Amino acid sequence: MRITAEDILKIASLARLELTPEEVEKMLKDMESILGYIGQLNELNTEDIAPTAHSQELKNVMREDLVSPFSGREEIMKNAPEEEDGYFRVKRVVD
Amino acid sequence: MNAIEIRKQAVSGDISLKDMLDKIYSDIKTRDREINAFITLTEESAYLQAAALKKKIENKEAKGKLFGVPVAVKDNMCLRGVRTTCGSKILENYIAPYDAAVIEKLKKEDAIIVGKTNMDEFAMGSSTETSHFGITRNPRDLSRIPGGSSGGSAAAIAAGFVPVALGSDTGGSIRQPASLCGVYGLKPTYGLVSRYGLIAFASSLDQIGPFTSNTEDMALVLEAIAGYDNRDSTSCPGSIPEYSKMSDLDPGLTVGIPKEYFIDGMDKEVEDRIREVIERLKSSGVKIKEISLPHTKYAVSVYYIIAPSEASANLARYDGVKYGFRAGITDKTETADLLDVYKKTRTIGFGDEVKRRIMIGTYALSAGYYDAYYRKAQKVRTLIKRDFDNAFRECQIILTPTTPETAFRFGEKTGDPLKMYLSDVFTISCNLAGIPGLSMPVGNDQKGLPVGMQLLAPHFKEQELLSFAHYIEKTLDYEL
Repeated sequence: MRITAEDILKIASLARLELTPEEVEKMLKDMESILGYIGQLNELNTEDIAPTAHSQELKNVMREDLVSPFSGREEIMKNAPEEEDGYFRVKRVVD
Repeated sequence: MNAIEIRKQAVSGDISLKDMLDKIYSDIKTRDREINAFITLTEESAYLQAAALKKKIENKEAKGKLFGVPVAVKDNMCLRGVRTTCGSKILENYIAPYDAAVIEKLKKEDAIIVGKTNMDEFAMGSSTETSHFGITRNPRDLSRIPGGSSGGSAAAIAAGFVPVALGSDTGGSIRQPASLCGVYGLKPTYGLVSRYGLIAFASSLDQIGPFTSNTEDMALVLEAIAGYDNRDSTSCPGSIPEYSKMSDLDPGLTVGIPKEYFIDGMDKEVEDRIREVIERLKSSGVKIKEISLPHTKYAVSVYYIIAPSEASANLARYDGVKYGFRAGITDKTETADLLDVYKKTRTIGFGDEVKRRIMIGTYALSAGYYDAYYRKAQKVRTLIKRDFDNAFRECQIILTPTTPETAFRFGEKTGDPLKMYLSDVFTISCNLAGIPGLSMPVGNDQKGLPVGMQLLAPHFKEQELLSFAHYIEKTLDYEL
């Protein structure tokens, strides 16, 4: 699975990142090196091994679906880059 | 003065907390110019806290475990009303609207939060060279890195600015800088300390932990910050032991030395120092046994699939919509449409290492590659966890070097990301298995640079870990 410059551009688009041609070159080189190293995992036969998502045995930790009052709205809106009438203002979403 | 000493004198009124803060801030403003351990100082609230604590003494109220103790906090933990940046441009103006669980606990125990410390951007790095707010210098040698990603917190202790600092550890980010700066650092068991309010990097690996200058302070801080929190769905229920009650050396203790942790290419002086400690432990009667953790060599690969994958998901939220940097607002960037806002915000807002890891993670999780990379890595993660389960049948504590070498110079590893990643080889497995890990200083190399030794224990065995570290600290009495 050799990674190509086209792959880099596709992934960058998925990750909402823009790379200059030089950055694509460097990213390609870096990722080839890292993915090449990671390939060593193929030495291991893991057919009958269950994956570990995280290290504790906790499963489906839920809380009660209860509504509680929240007073932090104003403080949250203070961080808004653009705000209007209590809404986050963004560029047009639907044409 | 260490934390326990400060608390004692603060409670008795023998020291004025205001005077203590005057000294601390004056010291930081002079010496931190060069070290750059701090991103933000929280002077106003610190003095307010000192005044409130003074009232508590006057009113003879109950006093918390960390009464009057000055604490520095890594800048990826939310402190309400204060800039929380994660060392990134994309959050350079983000004012946290809430306190992280650990911050709530520090405040409840009457600690005084002095400032927010520097870190690799979004905790991705091993040298604190990727921060948007400049490098942090190792107080032991200003031409060298302090380690990362919690470099600022480690430096704050090593420089003597504060006796306690909090950091976070995902692949070694507390233990490695502790080792390189010559201080004590602990990554608790995954699930012991709440991650609520810790800005996420890799959710199945991140843990908050303390930096201190000795084991007794460390036990006290752990008591203060550990505990179940229903706002963190990975927080483990259960009562918190009295970690401060150190037990004597267990005569039945067997310490395991994994042969895979003494590798070609590691610094001979580091190896010699660790072997010296092992010999001294042997002569003082501790049972030492060679063990094996056969999948150690795959740990870096497993980590560098899992962590970037989780990071690519956790960092998807930084889109300039609700908080943080948005392209085109304060800068002159032209943005054509909404998609362009996302792309430009993230491209300008994130540094190179963060982008690299987002790319690796996005690739590993993308259609067609998920099984080959992420799922495969999760399976090998099971094998690594099993190695520890097996090893802990033969011993109760595992002893290793923390890092393969002492602090390197700035720029030495930034050209080759893989080289930087490989320096995490001894710390990474511990995060994958979720077990607790502690790094303690055990002397210096010929250049005077600190050497760190790592102790590992099974899940939730922090008491055993701290007691053994305490034994080594007191009995072997290393000159640091």
